[in-house]
Amino acid sequence: MINIREVLETNEMIDKENLDVRTITMGISLLNCIDTDPDRLSDKIYDRITLAAKDLVSVGEAIEKEYGIPIVNKRISVTPIALIGGSACKTPEDYVKLVRALDRAAKTTGVNFIGGYSALVSKSMTKSDELLIRSIPQALAETELVCSSVNLGSTKTGLNMDAVKMMGEVILETAKNTADKGSIGCAKLVVFCNAPDDNPFMAGAFHGVTEGDEIINVGVSGPGVMRRALESVHGADFGTLCEKVKKTAFKITRVGQLVAREASKRLQVPFGIIDLSLAPTPAIGDSIADIFEEMGLERAGAPGTTAALALLNDQVKKGGVMASSYVGGLSGAFIPVSEDQGMINAVQDGALTIEKLEAMTCVCSVGLDMIAIPGDTKASTISGIIADEMAIGMVNQKTTAVRLIPVIGKGVGETVEFGGLLGHAPIMPVNSFDCTEFINRGGRIPAPIHSFKN
Amino acid sequence: MKKTVITVVGKDSVGIIAKVCTYLANHQINILNISQTIVDGFFNMMMIVDVAMYDKEFGNLVDDLESLGEDMGCIIKVQREDIFDSMHRL
Repeated sequence: MINIREVLETNEMIDKENLDVRTITMGISLLNCIDTDPDRLSDKIYDRITLAAKDLVSVGEAIEKEYGIPIVNKRISVTPIALIGGSACKTPEDYVKLVRALDRAAKTTGVNFIGGYSALVSKSMTKSDELLIRSIPQALAETELVCSSVNLGSTKTGLNMDAVKMMGEVILETAKNTADKGSIGCAKLVVFCNAPDDNPFMAGAFHGVTEGDEIINVGVSGPGVMRRALESVHGADFGTLCEKVKKTAFKITRVGQLVAREASKRLQVPFGIIDLSLAPTPAIGDSIADIFEEMGLERAGAPGTTAALALLNDQVKKGGVMASSYVGGLSGAFIPVSEDQGMINAVQDGALTIEKLEAMTCVCSVGLDMIAIPGDTKASTISGIIADEMAIGMVNQKTTAVRLIPVIGKGVGETVEFGGLLGHAPIMPVNSFDCTEFINRGGRIPAPIHSFKN
Repeated sequence: MKKTVITVVGKDSVGIIAKVCTYLANHQINILNISQTIVDGFFNMMMIVDVAMYDKEFGNLVDDLESLGEDMGCIIKVQREDIFDSMHRL
């Protein structure tokens, strides 16, 4: 039988160290909604989502109550809309009709976000993909709860540099369209290389075409728990440190697995995966940067940070994989700037730059995330940053992402406030040397060699 | 059997256990195990109970004991046992 020490340990994690389940995300296929008329398609999408997810929020809240563990977000991901709207949408405005339907469906079901206003263009774009991408600035300005993502490359296909160029412009346009709200539209827009089909985290969640009709994916969290656990091995060698990370990741993930199983059973929707990500929040102590400091670095960004992140990421996976029957999504440590008070401090103290963050993304689960940059940054510079990050993902056979926020009207030294889980961010300087000629070349960067293994 | 863990954390005072037990008895909840300890000067009690015969919804038990705790100046949490089993047992 469970003993009081174990009960108190679990409750301490929840009450004092911000242990939570970050999200229950229901993936919903919209393939059976496809229609030739945009209005009819909008209605079908709305009906499909609101029926499939009608109990998602209430079931999530019941699990929270019965197990005493916060489930911070209930979310929906849908089939990439560029695949659904192909025969109905002839203009970007037609796509905006669909995004309104998604936003209404999210509001009706009571979820925090809906993801999947997406296009998968890793090799090249269909007309439909292009229309959706061109509609993103208007779509994100007109809606509140819709998140958008575009997959720009993969290890198998190489990088679609035409799309990389276009996304630099789209990100800037999105920032301008939401300039009155700190360019927050860009916080709901992410570009990927090697995007996973089953990611439960926003802004990049979509329900891939390899998935079934409906699925439950769960994202766990717990940087605060990890940091506290590492206090108990302060100064110990790396072997001891790694063991502690693994054991703690195991405990955190087991809670996620329990929640996923319960949600799956109660909603009668198959369980997909647990995403083993350490996802920070702006809450004090719920920070990846604080883990680095506990490991012995003065600030995130100090020499040794990439090594610290590499071991953290790997040990989280090693511990977490044992605790769950299916693991997927992004799985690793997130290093967003605005959502992590320790990272914000590191930037403000001059310890952390975009270039160091780029190096860190080689060994962590995502990429350049929630980074505010000056509003006068050129579109081609944004595309250049994206190309660099996509290249890291392509060559290293991993997911990488970019979520940059050019904050219109603000420059280096100022900060922007997003509120809630999105936090606030200092505007970071960007290398201003020009890359326009490189980006304007167009075409594709071929897939890298991962062959000659015989 | 539906095992549930009740934890009471707060400053020690007369009648805490009595009040919780009275509620449980009135609602057909059987106590399987009780243990207690003092951590950082705070009274910590854990009960493992069976709620199979409970005459209301589980959510009511959570709310009722939470407000009982508030009346006594302590924090009472009610959680299904699975969360602890999941985390601490293979």
